[in-house]
Amino acid sequence: MAFHHQRRFDESAWAFAVILLQPALILIDHGHFQYNCISLGLTLGAVASICLHRDYLASVLFCLALNHKQMSAYYAPAFFAYLFGKSIRKKNPIFEVMKLGVAVIGTFLLCWWPFLHSRTAEAVLLRLAPLQRGIFEDYVANFWCASSLVVKWKQIFPNTVLAYLALFATLVSFLPSVVQQIRSPSHRGFLLSLFNSSLSFYLFSYQVHEKSILLPLIPASLLILEDFSLYRGMILCAMFSMFPLLRRDGLVVPYIATFALHLLLLNVPFLEKSLSHVKERQHPSLKYMSDGLLFTGCLIDLLYLLIEPPPRYPFLFEALNSLLVFICLVLIGLHSHIQQWSATSTHEQIDADKVKMN
Amino acid sequence: MRGTKQQQQHELQRQQAQKPMNGLREVLWMASVATCIKMLLMPTYHSTDFEVHRHWLALTASLPLNQWYIDETSPWTLDYPPFFAWFEYVLSFFARIVDPVIVDLTRGLKYDAASAVYFQRGSVMCSDLLLFLGTWRFCRNFPLKLQILSYLAIFFSPGLLMVDHIHFQYNGFLLGVLLLSVSYLKEGNDLTGGIMFAILLCFKHLFAIAAPVYFVYLLRHYCHDLARFLKLGFSVMLVILTAFGPFLYYGQIAQVLRRLFPFGRGLCHAYWAPNFWALYNAVDKMLSYLLRMLGFDVVMEKAAMTGGLVGDSKAHAILPQITPGLSMFLVLLSMSPCLIKIWRKPRRDNLLICVVYAYTCGYIFGWHVHEKASLHFVIPLVLAAVDSVKVAKEYYFVSIVKMIFLVLHSTAMWYGFAINFAPQTQTSVKESELKERNGCMSLCIKKKMFIAGLVGLEIYVQLIHHLVFEERLPFLPLMLISVYCSIGLMYAWLKQLSFVIEL
Repeated sequence: MAFHHQRRFDESAWAFAVILLQPALILIDHGHFQYNCISLGLTLGAVASICLHRDYLASVLFCLALNHKQMSAYYAPAFFAYLFGKSIRKKNPIFEVMKLGVAVIGTFLLCWWPFLHSRTAEAVLLRLAPLQRGIFEDYVANFWCASSLVVKWKQIFPNTVLAYLALFATLVSFLPSVVQQIRSPSHRGFLLSLFNSSLSFYLFSYQVHEKSILLPLIPASLLILEDFSLYRGMILCAMFSMFPLLRRDGLVVPYIATFALHLLLLNVPFLEKSLSHVKERQHPSLKYMSDGLLFTGCLIDLLYLLIEPPPRYPFLFEALNSLLVFICLVLIGLHSHIQQWSATSTHEQIDADKVKMN
Repeated sequence: MRGTKQQQQHELQRQQAQKPMNGLREVLWMASVATCIKMLLMPTYHSTDFEVHRHWLALTASLPLNQWYIDETSPWTLDYPPFFAWFEYVLSFFARIVDPVIVDLTRGLKYDAASAVYFQRGSVMCSDLLLFLGTWRFCRNFPLKLQILSYLAIFFSPGLLMVDHIHFQYNGFLLGVLLLSVSYLKEGNDLTGGIMFAILLCFKHLFAIAAPVYFVYLLRHYCHDLARFLKLGFSVMLVILTAFGPFLYYGQIAQVLRRLFPFGRGLCHAYWAPNFWALYNAVDKMLSYLLRMLGFDVVMEKAAMTGGLVGDSKAHAILPQITPGLSMFLVLLSMSPCLIKIWRKPRRDNLLICVVYAYTCGYIFGWHVHEKASLHFVIPLVLAAVDSVKVAKEYYFVSIVKMIFLVLHSTAMWYGFAINFAPQTQTSVKESELKERNGCMSLCIKKKMFIAGLVGLEIYVQLIHHLVFEERLPFLPLMLISVYCSIGLMYAWLKQLSFVIEL
């Protein structure tokens, strides 16, 4: 909301409803059952603090989120890049960085104190990084799973090598976004960078779950008034990618109901006039991609529900599903990277702020 | 200058309202959202009515026509008129495809596997299409904002959602047929309206309470000469014959009528519907206790009325016994002002209020009334409420008294009606500025206190009673709610009577 404070009430209210009524989040947290809302909430608090120029509060909140669920590390590069980029532009960069460092380390110490005291910190860390589970489980829409149709990673390399490979790939993929933010930090760029870094983690990281799609989804939803087509593409990808998981949980009817409700929320007849300029600013290529995804995804899911897969390929539909979503995610990722880099020239908010401060 | 601008606006509204497809997108949107919500309600609790309808599916699917009203395989015997039985028969074809056990007469008893639940809930959701159609047809000439308000109030009516989609019944489509019938009458198409009403009666005879209203109205408004009278009479007879004809042929009419009108049941249902008889019972009980304490020898039936048993026992200890005949007499008596009004002024605009009033009378004085029968007057009342502030206030009051746990609904309705009747309005409301000047949407202090009392009572019933009394006096909470709500409903009935008299 801090980011959108200049918008009209209609739009903000609608955006608010869309963000909070995420079907993906509802289904995962209240259907499958998890507590993602806590770490996501803390992260959102951190993001809001950044938009309100309260950087230390942001760091503290984000560290709390990290210590609640280590998956929040997907956002870490973005936070780092933005705060670092902002710090080096200030008068005394090293001092600023040290101040942030104190905030971060202080929060970590507070959370880990009991474990440090009883010297069980190492056991905790081991539990947090279960390398033995393999590079991917089931059929998740990321690079390793999609490319394993061609290159059988699990059969070629051992787990430790794969872990390093994944780390390298992830680093390379979020590097452009980080570099951009360090070079010219801005609020809009920060949100896009959040999206890009979490998406790159999702696509290339080790042992990614389907539920991790929530992480790129949230920044995309924050950008809904700026870039509606991005959000629409993301929500479709997220929902379709989660279908196999929810089907196993027996949540097909709630899935259909919440998915349909959300699509109805995105197309309210009596808000059409208020939201017309948001809808007009969609990028046509993404729009067509989303439409295609909607149609194909529904088709695959329908087949999945009704037909038995051939015995030779028992996971045919899951594989098709994740492949389709993967392709769309790559396209969306390309689009968002272009967006972030093109934001450099038009949104020099921080430099303007610097002039004001001096 | 301002006058012409307003005139232009009114003209624009009128033009927009004349378009036949006006509001169709909004209807579709609202209907889709309502259907999604109903989908989310699918796994919730369902009552014995679920088994009742499942049994009727099996009954109509497995047995020939002449056994439908005779079979006693299950205690849930068929007690709706023949068209409803045919409806179940048609549904049973699809049920058989989904899961044959549903329609098995013996193996399907008390069957509530996922397939049965999803099928039956799905069938209610599909039949609600008639409700959507009926509401849209009635409202399609309203200005858009009023349409949206009506759809909001009807499609998302918590009472309807709870009764139809949780408890499990098929009221939605029946109310849809009622609204269709009234919409035809509103347009002046009396013959079709009358025929639709006859069809409705052959689905659920409970709707026959408004039959006198229809009869008088059609007689005065449509039957200008003998030819028309014969046309109408013939059409209605045809409908009734189509429904009951086969049973007449098999000589089972007496049995059918016995099933349709089970007067062996008591005056009140196990849970007292908040009507006049609830107050009557309460007064009777109080008097019995009082006289007992004063030393009189009073024969008291133990928990005869709220104990869940619906027998024919001597219900009242002090006050005179009530017979079905007396109850029907009172219903007709209370409806008489309305009938007289229609006889004198058979105007199209008056019809809806009178129909609603008739169902209210039936609720207040009827025999063995269920709580759910209140839907018959609350839902159509919405459509009258969007037209005038006075009725809106009454609708709001009644709908709260009926369903006490509807915070979201009440705030939405309040907002909707308040916006609709804002005193200085420059938005598109409607032509009758006289009514607007009469007052904006606000409840008088008495109503507010009553509602506050209701909230307090509900808190008591849910939380405090158990702490104070533990297991003793288990009937007391429900009785208190019945009596309290019946006071509210008696007030609502009298208010409606005043509207009718003012017509």
